[in-house]
Amino acid sequence: MITKRIIPCLDVKDGRVVKGVNFKNLNDVSSPVELAKYYTNNGADELVFYDITASFEERKLFTDILKEVASQIFIPLTVGGGINTLDDFDRVLKCGADKVSVNSGAIRNPELITEAAKKYGNQCVVLSVDVKRVDGEFHVFAKGGRQDTGMEAISWIKDCVSRGAGEVVVNSIDTDGVKGGFDIEMLRRVCDVVSVPVIASGGAGSIEHFVDLFNQVPDASAGLAASIFHFGEVSIKDLKEELDKKDIIVRL
Amino acid sequence: MIAIIDYGVGNLFSLLSSLKACGAEAVVTNNVDVIRKSDKLILPGVGAFEDAAKKLFDSGLDKVIKEEVASGKPLLGICLGMQLLFETSYEYGVHSGLGLIPGKIIGMEGTIPENLNIPHIGWNALKYKKECPIFKYLKEGDFVYFVHSFYGVDCDEHVTAVAEYGIPITAAVQKENIFGCQFHPEKSGNVGLSILKAYCELGE
Repeated sequence: MITKRIIPCLDVKDGRVVKGVNFKNLNDVSSPVELAKYYTNNGADELVFYDITASFEERKLFTDILKEVASQIFIPLTVGGGINTLDDFDRVLKCGADKVSVNSGAIRNPELITEAAKKYGNQCVVLSVDVKRVDGEFHVFAKGGRQDTGMEAISWIKDCVSRGAGEVVVNSIDTDGVKGGFDIEMLRRVCDVVSVPVIASGGAGSIEHFVDLFNQVPDASAGLAASIFHFGEVSIKDLKEELDKKDIIVRL
Repeated sequence: MIAIIDYGVGNLFSLLSSLKACGAEAVVTNNVDVIRKSDKLILPGVGAFEDAAKKLFDSGLDKVIKEEVASGKPLLGICLGMQLLFETSYEYGVHSGLGLIPGKIIGMEGTIPENLNIPHIGWNALKYKKECPIFKYLKEGDFVYFVHSFYGVDCDEHVTAVAEYGIPITAAVQKENIFGCQFHPEKSGNVGLSILKAYCELGE
């Protein structure tokens, strides 16, 4: 059977990996290439790179780094951040990305998903969605979690999947950075309505949180986290050994 | 030298990089002379079968591949490149492939249990059905990375490995000097690299 995946996420700015708490107060952590190698050798099933820069020059630096990573790392790489057009897909795919994740770009223009899925295949298009509870509803947030779009998240995710998104990364803003565990309620709601792989993001603080995730949301395909891996609070190796002991299928 | 056949489908950056990491000399090419002079061929591919088959046939490279293979040169098809080795695909219509491996390509929808996601995406373990020289460095249960919604059937005689996804899914095939992997060795970490290394070492 297919394994549950453990995915470290690397937010890259000015050629370095950074991770903020609740998306603010970015801290410089390490070199993307070194971190990527470290994770690959220690059991990461996949890597996600988010380009959190905005300027053209910085974007060029990001793609240079991506190329360097992709020439040395032979596990799946997903790239997100600043993906607004098919040209953006093309730019990162040429540098060795396997999947491209869209967030704000899809909110502005949902056709981007349709067109990208048609051109590159569903498996290449990952919907990343930042979700937060607003008045008892799940809302989609844009601009790195700063702006409430007013859109209801579950129907947005369904729409994107029917347009051709082949995977969904659900990032709960409510649990992100708090290290109190994944947003089980939100993830269950999403898994109930889509049949593509759902990747849980936001809230992991310990090995136990991943065990809870896969036990309580058995349909979740993967757990994604950043700072707990970067700062060595949780080692992927230990995490996967523990999952294996709990009869959750992982690649050891 | 290994010729990675470039017929305008997909991104070959990782494949080229991974072959270099195995110490192999490899080139991405659509040049017939380069293909003929190479020691081994790799047929990559992602995307839709119909579009890829059309590009391959329109380029005329299908004939070159068949001639080279008939002369005994090893060929490795990867992912859609493996599916193209088959006779027929039923992916959105009925389409002819190269016909180098007997069998057909069908969709997972309706053939795997309903609770499983399509595409079959992620790491799955290989179960070997036959000895295959490109698996010489592997052990039972080694994990490789899959991304696909269609798979090969009616090819039992040539199946070298399967992966369990509700049902056994054809993961690899071999017919003499023709090899195919449904999964992506270039994305399967050290296990994948060792498969590519073993392929590079064929005949050495």
